[in-house]
Amino acid sequence: MSEPPDMLEGGPPGVPATHMTKTVEEKERVVIRFAGDSGDGMQLTGDRFTNATAVLGNDLATLPDFPAEIRAPAGTVHGVSAFQIQFSSRDIMTPGDHPNVLVAMNPAALKAELSSVEKGGTVIVNEDAFVQRNLDKAGFATNPLEDGTLDGFQVYRVPMTSITVRAVEQLGLTRKEAERSKNMFALGLVSWMYGRPMDVTINWLQKKFGDKAQVFDANVAAFKAGYNFGETTELFATSYLVKAAPATPGLYRNISGATALALGLVAAAERSGMGLFYASYPITPASELLHELSRLKNFGVMTLQAEDEIAAAGIALGAAFAGELGVTGTSGPGMDLKAETLGLAVTLELPMVIVDVQRAGPSTGMPTKTEAGDLLLAMYGRHGESPMPIVAAKSPSHCFDTAIEACRIAITYRTPVIVLSDTYLANSSEPWRLPDVDSLPAIDPKFATGPNAGQEFLPYLRDPETFARPWAIPGTPGLRHRIGGLEKEDGTGDISYDAENHERMTHIRAEKIEKIADSIPPLEVDDPDGDAQLLVLGWGSSYGTIRAAARRVREAGHQVATAHLTHLNPFPKNTGEVVRRYPSVLIPEMNMGQLALLIRGRYLVDARSFTKVQGLPLFIEDLEAEIVKVMDG
Amino acid sequence: MSDEPMSEGNGDGSAGAGAPVGTLSKKSFTSDQEVRWCPGCGDYAILATVQSFMPELGILPDDTVFVSGIGCSGRFTYYMDTYGVHGIHGRAPAIATGIATSRPDLSVWVVTGDGDGLSIGGNHLIHALRRNVNFKILLFNNQIYGLTKGQYSPTSEEGKVTKSTPFGSVDHPFNPIALALGAEATFVARTMDNDKQHLTSVLRQAAQHRGTAFVEIYQNCNVFNDGAFDLLREKPQGVHNQIRLEHGKPILFDEDTRCVAVGDNGRLVTANVDAVSPDDIVVHDMHGRPSLAFALAHLSHGPNEPTCIGVFREVERPVYGDAMRAQVEQATERLGRGDLGALLRSGDTWTVSAST
Repeated sequence: MSEPPDMLEGGPPGVPATHMTKTVEEKERVVIRFAGDSGDGMQLTGDRFTNATAVLGNDLATLPDFPAEIRAPAGTVHGVSAFQIQFSSRDIMTPGDHPNVLVAMNPAALKAELSSVEKGGTVIVNEDAFVQRNLDKAGFATNPLEDGTLDGFQVYRVPMTSITVRAVEQLGLTRKEAERSKNMFALGLVSWMYGRPMDVTINWLQKKFGDKAQVFDANVAAFKAGYNFGETTELFATSYLVKAAPATPGLYRNISGATALALGLVAAAERSGMGLFYASYPITPASELLHELSRLKNFGVMTLQAEDEIAAAGIALGAAFAGELGVTGTSGPGMDLKAETLGLAVTLELPMVIVDVQRAGPSTGMPTKTEAGDLLLAMYGRHGESPMPIVAAKSPSHCFDTAIEACRIAITYRTPVIVLSDTYLANSSEPWRLPDVDSLPAIDPKFATGPNAGQEFLPYLRDPETFARPWAIPGTPGLRHRIGGLEKEDGTGDISYDAENHERMTHIRAEKIEKIADSIPPLEVDDPDGDAQLLVLGWGSSYGTIRAAARRVREAGHQVATAHLTHLNPFPKNTGEVVRRYPSVLIPEMNMGQLALLIRGRYLVDARSFTKVQGLPLFIEDLEAEIVKVMDG
Repeated sequence: MSDEPMSEGNGDGSAGAGAPVGTLSKKSFTSDQEVRWCPGCGDYAILATVQSFMPELGILPDDTVFVSGIGCSGRFTYYMDTYGVHGIHGRAPAIATGIATSRPDLSVWVVTGDGDGLSIGGNHLIHALRRNVNFKILLFNNQIYGLTKGQYSPTSEEGKVTKSTPFGSVDHPFNPIALALGAEATFVARTMDNDKQHLTSVLRQAAQHRGTAFVEIYQNCNVFNDGAFDLLREKPQGVHNQIRLEHGKPILFDEDTRCVAVGDNGRLVTANVDAVSPDDIVVHDMHGRPSLAFALAHLSHGPNEPTCIGVFREVERPVYGDAMRAQVEQATERLGRGDLGALLRSGDTWTVSAST
């Protein structure tokens, strides 16, 4: 990336020159964690910082981490909402294991988050919030700012609330309203520290609050007050420069997994010439998909908030029967409820896409925390022999490609397809090089238009290549047919209880799914020297952690191979060959070893599991240690 | 929405311009599948009446979809030579919602039963009624689970002795008409399996109604609940007990000797015509207050006493799907047809050039 001239001199664009009187230190990468009460606007703060960072050209990855309660009791530890971002001048893959910088808006945030901060890290606290009442609520017996708790950290005590109130006092707000802008103060301060451009944030505020002058003015005043506080007070002697990361030329934007998935579905509808019909029931963390798609009506997108999860699946399936691209989305509890409808979709052999944004289970579990525990549910969570293709996204931007691929498989093979995303992918974001729309694959729905057996139409007479059955939508002259959940006679689709027919149909349905492997790329292995003895095989959102851990292991002089599955059913054709090629196979997962069970069962290899179920992504350092352990035997 | 050309019709399937609508007959709607209900089942009569009635609508079988759930009624779909989905238990209204909202050109019919529609699928039924999706629901009420061989259903009377209630059911039954009215249904009617003329007349009115039409059909299960409706549908007692609702007319029955009148406290009662002032005889108004329809629904506790049949209520309300499509059209008009490339580029973007 060509850097603007003032960047080379150490300052970010749009930053007043007086700033240059302080020291600027260059850093390769920084992890910042913003933490505060659920009502403090930490997600928004993180989000804005992220956008300014993206525009600056750093590589980045984010991790929003918030409680399920909309407004847990203020000031308590379980009401703490946090947002973590790692940004770097080289490519990075995760939001980082340990923050270098913690911004704590109150004692509860400090209490909840301090243990994750790196040794010797920076802690910026809103000093005004450290009053007895808040200390009590957070469960501090003594003030951590005074009692040695923060020894070993570089601590900045900033009276954020009172400065914010002073900064906006001309605007005639109530004190409560004035205090609300303190997150913008924090954003301004950290933006100064890391040389983030001011204009990106101010432009956004303009767009958001342009018609509410008072709110806009207050936010800008607080933001600038924070920026200027960093620049002018002697508290901060140093600001930091993180240069733009090298990247493939192109046009970029920052994107979350939830948005990427929505855009992917719209793209698939466009590329297939079909109408997108999305039916869903509100559930964390999948609701965002419903919200995103509901805004895109001018793309012809029909969205329907159903009465329950079962109805959402049934409506999407009905839309598919009628000739639409029927999609439903949910999380684990909703998947349980949709299972029967998915079985119907399997036997009706209609295209349909089911998005499962996985969260920690069982039952309600931890609705806002990530997990990858639904792989076996997706694979086997229906009665009878009921095979379904599964594709899983590996990064936020990859959700776009995954959605298109799911639609391609569903439409081409006339089958429901499960997309596995997860809370982390949905909420976190990364820079995305925008694809050329015309280069996206075209998908041909190939609706049936006439008889396929002489003068007759047989709804279960298959394409010999794909085993796909004809998709004749209502209104097509002469192709009337009835299909249902009862077993069907091969070819005619008529009800059949014939023993041999049932066995034949069961095999055909399984074989059809296996045939999808003909159309998917082989599993790629990253083994730079070609002589690694250990393969780390992953799926889903652990992609970044696996790559980053492998890089560290390689930088330490060892060899390790990695491979990542995005097609979980069927597996790429060479999967067996790949896992058998290496003496050791390690499978890290955010579950209790579900892919490991499939790989061991399918390929008879002694794959080892590395698992973590803490509602958080895998940490690089933990996986790195595990890889070293396995290599040491 | 599909890009296929289609008429933005009234669910009247007029897409088949030039097609031989005029030549439609009962045979046009009869599939080649052998009908396999128990001999003597009321479903045969309903099937024959529906197949005979459909040609009257002038809608091609190609533009007609039947959707059913599980239970004896679920098989109905296979016997109609139309497009059809035999779904899963209770979910037919959901599947049909997907079809009807995405394809306003189709004539969509849901066939369900008292177990399918009111028990396992109760939620979908009430929400379809509330939304006013453009399809017709035929609920075959035989007050028993037939396909699973004789358990009590949500419409079985209290005390009903069945295999699952050997000491009698302690469940209070649903009144399907009252339930539909409570769910804000825009068309609510009741008819009987063996009265071809009445059934046809109700189907006709249901088909003409735009939105969800809810039709409860008393249906005899001669194996597990035989005679449940005999007091209402068989001669001679049926004459005494059938209260045929006709819009705009005084509600008289039993050869006009008895009537529905306003009694003490405003409650509706049945009375001898001689015993009440003519002003107190209720005049049926199916477009009027829902409270009248509700009171008529509650006139009897079940089909063992004078019971109303016919159309209880018919009102107009926006049809679900129309508004959804209107939003799409308005958004497209206002913002222009979405451009995928522009959508991907929305928000803050930056360019990495090849020079470095």
